[in-house]
Amino acid sequence: MASVPARSGKSSGDLLGSRVVITGFLLVFLAYSLLPLFYLIVSATKDGSALFSTFGLWFASFDLFANLKAVFTYDGGVFVNWLLNTAYYSVISAVGAAFVATIAGYTFAKFRFRGRTLLFAVILGSIMVPPTALVIPTYLLLSKVALVNTPFAVILPSLISPFGVYLMRVYAEQSVPDDLLDAARVDGAGEFRIFWSVALRVLAPGFVTVLLLSFVTTWNNYFLPLVVLNNPKLYPLTVGLASLNRVASAGGGAQNLYPIVITGALVSILPIIVAFLFLQRYWQGGLTFGSLKD
Amino acid sequence: MVSQGAQSTKGGGERTEAGVSGGRRRQAAIPYVFLAPFLILFVTFLILPLAYALVISVYADKLVGGNVFVGFENYKQALGDPGFWDGVRRMIYFGIFQVPVMLGLALVFALLLDSGAAWFTTLFRLGFFIPYAVPSVVAALIWGYLYGPTFGPFSQLADYLGLPTPAFLSDTWMLPSIANVVTWEFTGYNMIIMYAALQAVPREVRDAGAVDGAKPWQIALYIRIPLIFPAILLTAVFSIIGTFQLFNEPSVLQALAPGVITDHYTPNLYAYGLAFTNQEYNYSAAVSFALGAVVVVFSYVFMLVTNRREVRA
Repeated sequence: MASVPARSGKSSGDLLGSRVVITGFLLVFLAYSLLPLFYLIVSATKDGSALFSTFGLWFASFDLFANLKAVFTYDGGVFVNWLLNTAYYSVISAVGAAFVATIAGYTFAKFRFRGRTLLFAVILGSIMVPPTALVIPTYLLLSKVALVNTPFAVILPSLISPFGVYLMRVYAEQSVPDDLLDAARVDGAGEFRIFWSVALRVLAPGFVTVLLLSFVTTWNNYFLPLVVLNNPKLYPLTVGLASLNRVASAGGGAQNLYPIVITGALVSILPIIVAFLFLQRYWQGGLTFGSLKD
Repeated sequence: MVSQGAQSTKGGGERTEAGVSGGRRRQAAIPYVFLAPFLILFVTFLILPLAYALVISVYADKLVGGNVFVGFENYKQALGDPGFWDGVRRMIYFGIFQVPVMLGLALVFALLLDSGAAWFTTLFRLGFFIPYAVPSVVAALIWGYLYGPTFGPFSQLADYLGLPTPAFLSDTWMLPSIANVVTWEFTGYNMIIMYAALQAVPREVRDAGAVDGAKPWQIALYIRIPLIFPAILLTAVFSIIGTFQLFNEPSVLQALAPGVITDHYTPNLYAYGLAFTNQEYNYSAAVSFALGAVVVVFSYVFMLVTNRREVRA
């Protein structure tokens, strides 16, 4: 905090003045960052008519509970499906991706084997391949093996995290001492047991970082599920809300669907924001090692 | 006790010696066994789709003869396709303005928060980052409502003040409106990457300039920014790649302004439409690869330019 050293010739009044200006400038951007979320919260408390007739950035009627009920009962409770699907796809993908990336990163960090440099270069290079470029061919391939329109179509492609492998390699190099592994080898432990009961314990913080990053990526993914799923019962929240928004914007039939879209959007982002705030140590850690090398 | 321990160690040593030849062979296979889950998934869901897309991009579905090899015909068609270039041109225009604004803001915030020149730095760091946790679909949805000409608060305010309704979703303003959504989502994320890089710089190095009585902006420009240049470059390359891949935000806003966001508004919307509306999978794959080539060219030129500048500095 005190890394701005007091300079001679500058009065403390000047320093205080600049501190006020800088804090003020940052507050403006903070307001910008939070404005859409504030708007979302305010709008989620309004019924369909108040949404149109009252000022958007302040509270009017209080219909949050009615809106929540409308969200969860809409179309036979399809929103509950979307919420559970999202949670299911995200949890399975995150746990799977974190395990796969951790063991791969650990192997690159702690073993010397033929093809190591080349394989790692290919994996690192693939970070540059934009995920959206893969979606259409993935759909075509999955449809050949009848996996389109199943949860596997979303989960399986989400299990690869080349960035996670990179992160875990850096983390394993820094945090798992070779002596620890050698000691376990002398004790006669097999390599798999060493990974499982010795290395994984040390790697746990990195594991949680990859878990969190993959969880967020899957929770927020839109393009892949949009393409590989067309059964609304299998949709995650992103695809469901976007389709509902299309219906609402196109007139929405007899019902005013805007309160449902808005309240549904609020419900859909709450878990992820809570996860971010509580687990901030882990994602910040991840971005830190990510930028440490090169 | 001691002698017993020594003996058993010797015995253990012999056992290991005997087990080495078999063990070493097993040992050599272990890295591959450990890598197998990742590699199988990597080949199935990354290499294979890429290879498959490459293969179908050189075929075409003809009325006569069915699926036939056509070589580079689809690519030639893409390079002469106004729909493709319209999207690419729009993304270049988008990137020239949006990427410097976003990364410039991110860098300024990272420098300010790292130097502790403000109060409530933790609050700002968290608050700026929160938009990144919001799915881009939901972000576009909320901003779409904020922009809305009927019940958007900006329109309401303009109405109240007797000003003309701001036309955020019109042909002229749509691109800046999308740029705003993207800036809102990713400024905090890029800030965190730069901030983390700044924090990783040893304190003595960071404070070196202050001793010579340099002004804070001089320290920032000549010491702190060059130190984290690789991290800035990383965010720039990822932003360039992300710009050309733009899909979610325009796809959601299309519902509000279908006349403005055409089927070739961005190259990715175009590729999606070709595949799923027109069922032209072969041509769609060629368009995706042509786009990939554009991205590679731009990223490469960008790195070349910035590297030369770095050498000169």
